[in-house]
Amino acid sequence: MSTLYQIFIGPFTEFEFMRRALAGALALALGACPIGVFLMLRRMSLVGDAMAHAILPGAAVGFLLSGLNLFAMTAGGLIAGFVVALLTGLVARTTELKEDAALATFYLLSLAIGVTIISLKGTNIDLLHVLFGNVLALDDQTLLLIAANATITLVVLSLIYRPLVIECVDPGFMRAVSRAGGPAHLAFLVLVVINLVSGFHALGTLLAVGMMMLPAAIGRFWARDITRMMLVATASGVLAGYAGLLVSFHFGVASGPAIILIAGVLYLASLLFGQVGGLVRQLFPGRHLEA
Amino acid sequence: MTAALRFRNLTLGYDRHPAVHHLDGAVESGALMAVVGPNGAGKSTLFKGIVGVIKPLAGRIERGDPNPQNVAYLPQAAEIDRTFPINVYDMVSMGLWRRAGTFGGIDRGARSSIEQAIAAVGLAGFENRAIATLSGGQMQRMLFARLLLQDARVIVLDEPFNAVDAKTSADLFDLVRRWHGERRTVLTAMHDIDFVRENFPETLLLAREPVAWGRTANVLTPENLLAARRMCEAFDQQAEPCVDEQTSALAPRGELADAATHQPRR
Repeated sequence: MSTLYQIFIGPFTEFEFMRRALAGALALALGACPIGVFLMLRRMSLVGDAMAHAILPGAAVGFLLSGLNLFAMTAGGLIAGFVVALLTGLVARTTELKEDAALATFYLLSLAIGVTIISLKGTNIDLLHVLFGNVLALDDQTLLLIAANATITLVVLSLIYRPLVIECVDPGFMRAVSRAGGPAHLAFLVLVVINLVSGFHALGTLLAVGMMMLPAAIGRFWARDITRMMLVATASGVLAGYAGLLVSFHFGVASGPAIILIAGVLYLASLLFGQVGGLVRQLFPGRHLEA
Repeated sequence: MTAALRFRNLTLGYDRHPAVHHLDGAVESGALMAVVGPNGAGKSTLFKGIVGVIKPLAGRIERGDPNPQNVAYLPQAAEIDRTFPINVYDMVSMGLWRRAGTFGGIDRGARSSIEQAIAAVGLAGFENRAIATLSGGQMQRMLFARLLLQDARVIVLDEPFNAVDAKTSADLFDLVRRWHGERRTVLTAMHDIDFVRENFPETLLLAREPVAWGRTANVLTPENLLAARRMCEAFDQQAEPCVDEQTSALAPRGELADAATHQPRR
């Protein structure tokens, strides 16, 4: 019994940084996983990745101006992300360019502007900590930021849930009955941005996208309706966060990648054994039914 | 009787090319009207204009009831993502948007009307089926259930019985008759001329320009149908700005040579 306790609970009761990391990872999963499900259903799975690139220059500029300052980096990332998200939404809605093309143009520009600013300054700053974050070194401020982002995400998502779902399934119907579809979509893009920002403090920009998309993909293999899909996704995000931290603690590997790798293991298992379209079920579907 | 819709010199189209050209007239409240014409005649364009999805190039549409929620629209090719994980019940309940909107609750009364709508289109028992598993006919039945819940005074159906078997279209047309009985205004784009002759009191024959509009028997004459068929479908890329008596004062260019060769109407 005591060994089980030491393996699964001990690290968190003993070390404060582990408790903080766990709280951060759980808050991140609560916000990012439902967002990831919507991204996946809207065929925008790669948007998170692109948005992460769009945020990076903003955060880097914040870092350049005021060093490792939480507020400056967050503000920079948010501003860059919002500008790209809003411009993308506007261009996709008003011109012939589709969302993917509009986003590609703006995130590339954002990235180029960021790199240019950094090179003009002539500083050779180490972006590694922005790229890979550190969930084991969350201070109070950062933890609060992640928790606030998760709270905002869940509240806003529940407020825009109905128009967002209808906009996803049947955009024509949404346009015919209401103008709420456009604002709901923009609000959703904003949520994507704030979750990526809170993700890059914990996991780094690159892995933040992993916390969004891997649980969502896992959800798709276990549920046929969107509500359950989000529950499964969030549960697997939480599990990946918890298990990833344990793995990182016991085997001394980096925490961010460990969390994503655990999510990857869950994903592979779902890919094979998932009830909805899993490979094993496709290969051995059983006898067909009578009706 | 009041007009549910009135078209005033209405021109609708895409990229300045008219797809519905100079339409004038009114749809009486409570009318059951078929809109007939060859492919490319502008039927869908007219409906999109009525619903407000596209804006007129010229002229205007006046609605008897200014609330856009009071027009329900079934597009010819609904942009439904059939792979989205949602079931029939939730899909039909979208029809309650006007009552519930973004935040309104779905109470017991609303639930029973959702169930009634699903039963009315013959989909009872399908409530929990994912929309991905529906056949084309079942999909159309589901969309009619949603229309039922929308409870709109004007209902616009764009070729609702295409690719649907006889049984389904008969069932669904019963709902159209019911709407007509409830004095709702129903506009339906149709290709089946015989069906229109039997079932629709009023018909608009459209071939970009309105060919004829009125009592179905007077509209669907062989001469009118032939005239509609002759209509040219393609956009003329070199088309000149249209000059007619109501817009001539605004005609943008005054090149005489152009004006001499330009034939604005028919």
